[in-house]
This record gives sequence, C-alpha cells and structure tokens, in this order.
Amino acid sequence: MKVIGQKTKRVDGLGLVKGKPVFADDVPKKDFLYLKILRSPFAHAKITSIDYSKALEVEGVDLVLTHEDFKPIYYTTAGQGAPEPSPHDTLVLDSTVRFVGDRVAVVAGETLEAAEKATRLIEVKYEELPAIFDIEKSIGNQTLIHPDKEGFSFVFDPKNNIAANIDEELGDVEKALSESEFVFKNTYSTPYAQHAHIEPHISLSWLDENDRIVIRTATQVPHHVRRIVAEVLDIPIAKIRVIKPRIGGGFGSKQEIIGEELVAAVTLRTGRPARLEYTREEEFTAARSRHPQKVTFSIGLDKNLFINAIDMEILQNSGAYGPHALTVMSVSASKTLALYKSLNVRIKANSVYTNLPPAGAYRGYGAPQGFFALESMMDEIANDLNVNPIEFREKNYFQEGDEVPIAKVLGEGREGFPVILYTSGVRECIVEGKQLIDWNTLRVSEKTGIHRRGVGIATVAQGSGIAGIDMGAAYIKMNEDGSFNLNIGATDLGTGSDTAMAQIAAEILEVPVEKIIVYSSDTDLTPFDTGAYASSTTFITGGAVIKASEDIRNQILDQGMKLLDVEEAVIKDNYVVAANDDKISYQDICTKSFYTDHQKQIQAVSSHMSYDSPPPYNATFADVTVDTETGFVTVNKIVSVTDAGRIINPQMSEGQVEGAIPQSLGMALSEFMIFDEKGRPVNRDFGTYNIYTAIDMPEIVTKFIHTDEPTGPFGAKAVAEIPTNGPAPAVVNAIYNACGVRIRNLPITPEKILRGLGKLK
Amino acid sequence: MIGFYLNGKPVFGEFNPGTTLFDYLRDQEIFSVKFGSEKGETGADSVLLDGKVMNSSLLLMHTIDGKVIETIESFSQGVDVHPLQEAFIEEGAVQCGYCTPSMILAAESLLRENPTPNDDYVRESLSGVYCRCTGFVKPIQAIMKYATSREDR
Repeated sequence: MKVIGQKTKRVDGLGLVKGKPVFADDVPKKDFLYLKILRSPFAHAKITSIDYSKALEVEGVDLVLTHEDFKPIYYTTAGQGAPEPSPHDTLVLDSTVRFVGDRVAVVAGETLEAAEKATRLIEVKYEELPAIFDIEKSIGNQTLIHPDKEGFSFVFDPKNNIAANIDEELGDVEKALSESEFVFKNTYSTPYAQHAHIEPHISLSWLDENDRIVIRTATQVPHHVRRIVAEVLDIPIAKIRVIKPRIGGGFGSKQEIIGEELVAAVTLRTGRPARLEYTREEEFTAARSRHPQKVTFSIGLDKNLFINAIDMEILQNSGAYGPHALTVMSVSASKTLALYKSLNVRIKANSVYTNLPPAGAYRGYGAPQGFFALESMMDEIANDLNVNPIEFREKNYFQEGDEVPIAKVLGEGREGFPVILYTSGVRECIVEGKQLIDWNTLRVSEKTGIHRRGVGIATVAQGSGIAGIDMGAAYIKMNEDGSFNLNIGATDLGTGSDTAMAQIAAEILEVPVEKIIVYSSDTDLTPFDTGAYASSTTFITGGAVIKASEDIRNQILDQGMKLLDVEEAVIKDNYVVAANDDKISYQDICTKSFYTDHQKQIQAVSSHMSYDSPPPYNATFADVTVDTETGFVTVNKIVSVTDAGRIINPQMSEGQVEGAIPQSLGMALSEFMIFDEKGRPVNRDFGTYNIYTAIDMPEIVTKFIHTDEPTGPFGAKAVAEIPTNGPAPAVVNAIYNACGVRIRNLPITPEKILRGLGKLK
Repeated sequence: MIGFYLNGKPVFGEFNPGTTLFDYLRDQEIFSVKFGSEKGETGADSVLLDGKVMNSSLLLMHTIDGKVIETIESFSQGVDVHPLQEAFIEEGAVQCGYCTPSMILAAESLLRENPTPNDDYVRESLSGVYCRCTGFVKPIQAIMKYATSREDR
C-alpha cells in the first residue's frame, strides 16, 4: 500500500504549529455578551428565592437567566445517539442544586468583569437539604437526590437514588462458583479523575444573516449538540448550525453539552453573540470526570486453572446527575468480560446518585476501572496459587474464532450484538512486551534493601466503535486539478482522524494525501456522524470514506472510458488508461466533466455502520522502584504493545499510546479529587491536581503488532482508548512484585505503601 | 505610557492597570497565546520576553516597558515554516496543537541559551508547558532532532 501504514504528516499540522486561529475562541472580536454562571455553594439545597435586581444594576449587564426562564424539559448532558441511554434527569437550570458547583443562574454582560461582578450581587436564598457523599449510603437513603418527576426517562430507580442498573447473567454463576476448585473474591476501587484537556470548554454563538443560530464550540459531538440544543430550547433543528473547529483536547469531556445550550439561549433572547468559557476551576469542579467505581470480582477456577465463573459487581458513583451512568458500567463489564473465557458470567451493577460532581465520558469509558480490578485480581490469583501470572492469563484468553457472548447481552443501553473474535494479537503483544521490559530478569531480581524494583503486567481490551449504533458518513467531490474535497461529520479532537481519513481516501483514489482536502465538521456542510467517542472514527467513519472513495473511483473510471471512447480501462497513477494505452488524466476528466463533455460533478456520499466492534488488545508492562522508607513509587519505564489491527498511521498511533499512558499513571499515582465534609472540592487547580508533566514522565516504549481485522478499514481496529486501560493495573502489579504490597484502592499514595509494609498503622 | 517590541515592531500605549499581556495579545488577534488556566500553570499562554519563555497571563502590561516580546507569529512569514515548526510536524509532535506554539517557544528559549542541550534540558524546558495529548515523547524527539540538525550545519 502506498499511503496506508506509511508515515504521513498531519493534514492540519501546519496551522497548528504556526498558532493559526483554528480553535473555537480564535475569532475576531464580535459584539459578544460574556456569560458567567453563578454556581451553588451547597451540595444539596432547594432554591427558595432568587433576587437579581442588584445584578441588573451593574453597568454592562444585560440579562440574568434563572430556572424560571426555561421550560422544564428533562434531558441528559451526555452527547450520545438518540434516544440517549443516559438518565434524562437534568434541566438547563433547576430550582434544586445537587452538588457544590451546580448551576444557579447565568449572567450575560458586555464584559466578563461585569458579568462576574453581577453574579456576586445575585441574592439567593437556599434551604439546605441533607446530602449524600458516600456511595455505599446512597441506595435506600431517605434523602432522594432526584425524586421522581414527570418528564424523567431512563432513570432506573429514583426512589432509591439509582441512576442506572445492569443485571445480566450467562450460564449459572452460583452453581459454577460452588463447583469451582478455587474461588477468589476481592474489591477494587478507582477515584474521580479529571480529563485535564488544556483548552477548557468554550462555546460561542451568534445569529447569521437569516437569524439562524450559529454555535462555534469545542465539541466531540457536533450533531448531538445540534439535536440536544434544539430539544432543550424547544427550537427547530433547522434553526441551528454547529461548527466544530480544531479542538484543544477532549478525551470524552467534550462529549457533554454543558455550555452550548446557554450561549444559544442568550443569543436567542438578545439577538447578540454570546460567549461562555469555563474557568479552570469550573473544569475541576463542575465539568465532568471519570466515574469512581467499586468493582468486586468473584472468580471461580477449575482444578486445571481454567476460569469457570466470573461474577462482577459494580457500584458506581454517578455524582449528582447521570450522564453516561449506564453505558460506562456497561463498558466496564463488556470490555473486561471479553478478555477471558468463562461459560458462566454475571454482572450486577448500580450507578448511584451522590451530591458530588457528575462524572461522564472519559477515555476508556469504564474499561480503565474494570481492567484495574480484573488485572489486579488476575495477578493476585496467580500469586496466591503460585503460578506464572502470564501463563495463567494465556490459558484463559478468548481465542480467534471464539464468540464473545457478553457482547450480545451488553449493548449501548439495549441488547447488543454477538461478537466473533476474528483477530487477537494479545499473545504476540505479551511476547514483544516481555522482551522490551526485560521481564525475565526484573521479575526475579533481588527484592531487598531500601529501593526495590519490580515489574508488572496488565493485558487489556477495548472496542472499535459501538456495534449497531455508531454511524458516520463521508462526502467527496472532485476538483479540476484532480484534488478532492472530503467532508466528514467525524470530529478530529487532536487524535489525527482527519489525517487518517485523508490517507484512506488517498489510498483508494491513488493520489497523494496532499490531494485530499479534509473538512470536519459543520452540521450545515458535513454529513452526519455520531461523533468522536468509543474509539469509532477510524473504524466507522473510515468505512464510509472507503465506500465514498470507491464510488468516486468508479465514476472517474466511467467518465474516463466515455471520454476515451473505450469499453475497458484501468486507473493508474492519476490516469484512466485503456488497453490500447490511450489515457486521460484525472485533471482532464474532471475539467471536461465540468465544462464540456458528459457534464456532471463527480461526487459521492456514503455512510457506514457496523454490527461488529472488534476488540483491539494491548499488553502494558510497568517497571517501578519502591522506596520502602518513604513509600514513594517511581515508575521507571512503561512498555505498551498494542494489537490495533493494521495501523493506518504509525506515528499518530504511537502518539495515541504515548499520550494515554500518563493519563492512566496520573489516575494511579498523582491525580485525585479531594472533597471536604460539605462536599466542596479541595483541589481546584493544577497546583493541587497533579497531572504528569515533561519532567514526570517515565521512559515510554510503544510498539504495535500486526493483525488484519476483516471487519475494519484496511484491516484496522481502534487505538484511541485502549492504551489508557493498562498502566494503572500494571503499576500496581509491579509494586506487588517489588515489595509485596497490594494496593486495591487507587490512587497509590506513599501512606498506603508504608501501611502495606507495616511501617504505618 | 509604555513602549515595547512585539514581534519586531515597536508598540507604544497606555494600558489599564490590570491588563495582562495575554489580554492585550488576544485583543490584538494574536491568537497563538491560549487560555489554559488563570494561574498560568498550563503555560498555554507562553511568549518570549527578552528571549525567555514567560506566561503572558502573569505579565501586567506596565512590567513589559522596554522589553522585547515574541510570539509564534514571528517565527514564520507567509507560507514559510520555521525548521523547529517543521520538526514538530515531521516527528508527529502535534496532536491537538493547543499547546504546540508554547512548546516551540519554550524550546526556542532553551536553545538560545544552550544550543546543544541534552534530553534532560529539553525535558526541563518543557516542564512549564502542560500537554495532555502527547506524553511529551515526540515533542522532545522533535526538539532534539532540530537541535542536532543545527549542530550539524
């Protein structure tokens, strides 16, 4: 292949290195109204009155919006396909506030300073309500966070604070566990974690010349933004245009509609352009995060150490609202239970409301939590039984050709589709990774003294798009110089998907990538796409680009044959070539098609969806040193080997892995949200919420092993999310190898290590 | 009244006491300086001040009197590309690109002081620029590659 799998520069790289105005906020000054949100100081309270007369007296303040200004339309902020399977439990503004940082009112001013000043002058009377901060105390609590209301939908059991629930079984788990030779049971927990994209949530809106609302926003889901804004503001979809420029990172956080509806509401009321940018503190306290989960696995083994039964229980913290509550748990289960074969599988999961910030979609989408538990557990079992942890895993993997039954049971909030495993490179990933981390030496090296070094492994899976749901479309048209416009609704949020799509088109049309002009995405100009989530763009939208490119190729051939007046020809190097060696160039074909002969626009639009979501696989290895005097853990090296099918763009795929690793290491070692006894977030800035910087990074080694996935474009599977799943459990397993301390609750702190060593009580 | 150089051109003006260089630059539609946080931790707002990388949102206008300010806009004219920018593209060091101008400025700041830095110096130079996409692997490669290629010349 000429383009697929070859080093290809990003199609949007030039503008980015030059600092061109390509992001949402980089527009010439308009007559903006600046929005500021007044947020709740209480974790749970009823608003009994709001007096904003003094706020309106502030010079330059034009508008204050409260819950009285919006129709009570319950929706979910989760940008998912319709009908969204997340609880519809949210109002744009509500008369009850449910976490510290919840919205109370919105001020629009001529300057941000005026709007900020006005928010401080709004007099709100609250009646404080009892609050729930402990997920163990949510179900059955007298305090109801979302008392059932008319208009609710997809809320599982509001009378018990349960946002979402899963209860599924294959086979007979109780019986299988009772018949097992060995049964192990442990509970693992993961905390809130922040996306920490550097560009905050930012939305701008204005009226176009026909009084339609234009929303320019940092989103992963422009088409869902259009639909959900139309729904909550009760205006026609036809009145809204959503433009997604370049995005400064999202990682799932920008799959939420948490600003677009407010700027649109202000523009609708005032006719003025409006702008809302989250402060960094708002990102930490009121945007979204990774769902904290407590995961309990009971695993039964037969005497030959084959897994007999897996029983998985999840207790998940939704926070105050339920975006992605059901589907994140569903992914925790469906991805972990697709790695090891067991005839008997059960999943019981509850996502409960608390008066803490709502969680949401975050890279991996439940799989990092699930795999932290499962891969810690597999390590514990191997240690307890004194067997090789890698051989124990290898014995139990699903194999190529196996059907993975859990996928049929756990779909996107409804029944899913059976998965046949066509490709699995997990064993090859292990072989490569063991070498690169020097497993055989480090695993058994001397574990004495103050500084103890160890290695750990985690093997993980993910999916490629959401089977039976995700759909992406691509539109291609040809230009006179033999270049092509490729317009896609898919949303490159920094991942490089625009480049991958250009490579796919270039490969099929047999032109250099420079001949493909990519535009994404704009609801007026680009066809539908569910958006950038669930590792879907290469797999789903890539399928659409293949179909559209093949259609264009056939049209070029057809026009070429007509122009050459021959019955047979082939495409070769930008030419249609007949058997008699007569040939006509792409340029001539398009130019003649435009102006003189057989006139038409060579163009095609195609869409693609898939009932398959082939799992990519990854083996992550960690090499750590534990200081047994201070409890401090240093990660020396991470090796991440991935089977993502055929790699479309090696350099960008490496980049995905290299960027995912510090996100997982952060969740394991340095990042966590602390709340005080009133539910107020304590760490609200980067000074106290510590993400990995350049000087914190361990040595990173990434590698891909090659498989050819029959259901993917050119054999590709997904790569975006899977590398986020392995580092945390690999580090925990390496710590155990180094010093015998088992951490079951993230984050790993020096205190927990010292306790484990018996040096702290 | 203060005066300073911005990307080679002299600027004179009076500014409100609270105005930061970041506010001023964005106001002038110099959009390469980005908002990352109010306290400057992310470094997305970087500029060069007398050749040293600084957070523009932490610089009040009255403090830059007589200084030389450079932003990424000064690195290339028209369709030109600075070789350091080219190295970032070549090495796949750009993902979302939001922090990229700041990384390039931070590297340039280092290289003016130390034209032949080792990996540790490069890492250190990027420590004030947060990036959530790349894990810094390819940005460091890009800077090392550029530094080495200059050495060769």
